[in-house]
Amino acid sequence: MAQPIVEVRNLRKTYGDKVAVDDVSFAVEPGEIFGILGPNGAGKTTTVETLAGLRHADGGTVRVLGIDTQRNPGAVRDHLGVQLQEAALHDKITVGEALRLFAAFYDDPADPGELLELLDLTPHAGVQFARLSGGQRQRLSIALALVGNPRVAILDELTTGLDPQARRSTWDLVERVRDTGVTILLVTHFMDEAERLCDRLVVIDGGRVVAEGTPAGLIDGLESERTVVVRFAPDEAARARGVLDALAARHPDVLRVDDAGAATEVAVTGTRRVLFAVVPALAEADLVPEDVRTVTKSLEDVFLAVTGRQYDPQATDTEQLEGARS
Amino acid sequence: MTTTAPAPTTARAAGSWRGFGRLLRTETAVWLRDFAAPFFGILFPTVILLGVGLAIPGMRDPITDAPPDSVWYGLTPVATYLPTVLAMAVGTASLTVMPVTIATYREKGVLRRLSTTPMRPQGIVVAHLVINAVTTVVGAALALVVGQLVFGFVAPEQLGVVVLSFVLGMAAMFTLGMLVAAVAPRASAANAIAMSLYFPMLLLAGLWTPGPIMPEVLRQIGQFTPLGAAAQSMTTAWFEQGFPLLQLVVMAVWSAVALPVAIRLFRWS
Repeated sequence: MAQPIVEVRNLRKTYGDKVAVDDVSFAVEPGEIFGILGPNGAGKTTTVETLAGLRHADGGTVRVLGIDTQRNPGAVRDHLGVQLQEAALHDKITVGEALRLFAAFYDDPADPGELLELLDLTPHAGVQFARLSGGQRQRLSIALALVGNPRVAILDELTTGLDPQARRSTWDLVERVRDTGVTILLVTHFMDEAERLCDRLVVIDGGRVVAEGTPAGLIDGLESERTVVVRFAPDEAARARGVLDALAARHPDVLRVDDAGAATEVAVTGTRRVLFAVVPALAEADLVPEDVRTVTKSLEDVFLAVTGRQYDPQATDTEQLEGARS
Repeated sequence: MTTTAPAPTTARAAGSWRGFGRLLRTETAVWLRDFAAPFFGILFPTVILLGVGLAIPGMRDPITDAPPDSVWYGLTPVATYLPTVLAMAVGTASLTVMPVTIATYREKGVLRRLSTTPMRPQGIVVAHLVINAVTTVVGAALALVVGQLVFGFVAPEQLGVVVLSFVLGMAAMFTLGMLVAAVAPRASAANAIAMSLYFPMLLLAGLWTPGPIMPEVLRQIGQFTPLGAAAQSMTTAWFEQGFPLLQLVVMAVWSAVALPVAIRLFRWS
């Protein structure tokens, strides 16, 4: 395994008696999209801001490219691109001016023109910041994080407030950026975003890492319960429910039968082999399903499994505390 | 610890000034797009001087009710107003424009955003010091030139002391403006603090009672404020013979005390 490009060990950060980050450790490999996932207030932003040398840690170490960013934050700035949550430009600066300005700060900047092209901002180069749409601002913000030709880019909540189409094109963009060789640290409270984009991720909750791995690995690692939802013709639904209830009572691979929302649907939960039990039972009773689908597990189920509660992106108030301080 | 990834070669302490020229140019261009800031900084002193001189009756008639051996005898009232206008040029950019700009940048996260780049966030503060200092000088020069063309003024008695007073006045007022920028959490607060200092200071600098007609109590108080001291010291240097030591020392002390406090209190986010 290559030397980690970003390394966080036992990071701790408090605001007064409020613990924002309790104990967070992870390592990011070169070239990957690494996710930091968790509800608002979990400590994600504090973690990356400390990583970027913007906040002082109360404990632990943070290294980017082998450099301790707490001791020497200036030494990585040429190689670390940061996109902060909030927009941060003068209302009257134009897109092109902002990119050329930020490019001037770096040792070996990217070509602003190429970046404009990559981020579909070329037609808006002369537009002032205040007149940009949310998606355009977000793309500009990403462009500014990339203009220094960084080796590592931190992207914090980059699709918040975007419509679904803008979110998807932003995701495509992040993948294109990764393909250029930039290691990306993606902070998000969106499960679907993390699942779609991240090569590996940590799930943070209450200032601690509660899960770590690849999205697929985390989901596969869930306990092996499977759920099959079967839909029947309206006049057969009641009889089918009876047959399946009886099956659950006698078959070891079928654990329970639940309503699946619609009156014609039945959810059957069991072991990995539950489908093998359901199909012969239905065939025997000559019940032909209109539709059979297996319920796909997601990172939300992972979150539920590791924390014992449903995922609520707006969970706690630490982020507001941070907001009040910044 | 060994790194296989080639680490950045230089370990500079905390940021550089690379790109400062571009920063100054961009900030100037963007700042010029705001109508209010350039207008108040550059044109306001001239507008006030012309307004007072042309609109108020008698401002252009030589003073004859002063004792004939007084330095004021024969001068026009509008001429005695000149140090006040120069002081106003100093006060406007330093106190009403610059602190609000910087507080706005802090509120919007611009300073914080800048701290993630190799540029020091101090760069943008210095850029606005430069912009507003140049504005002050241009605004003062414009008032002098236009005033000279329209009204005609006597030459200063002690040109060097006038310049010294102007420069020390700038130092004191920009330091004070920086103190406001340092403590104001938001742009609105910066504006409120700045305005509540600006108008009393204009009063003490003689906006309503310039030079010889300033009441003694105002003069006594004013000499200990940066803008009042600047106006008095320029008045003395322009029309009289004495050396305005107290006023110059007052301005120097304001600068020397307020600057470290402002630097200490300044918050980047």
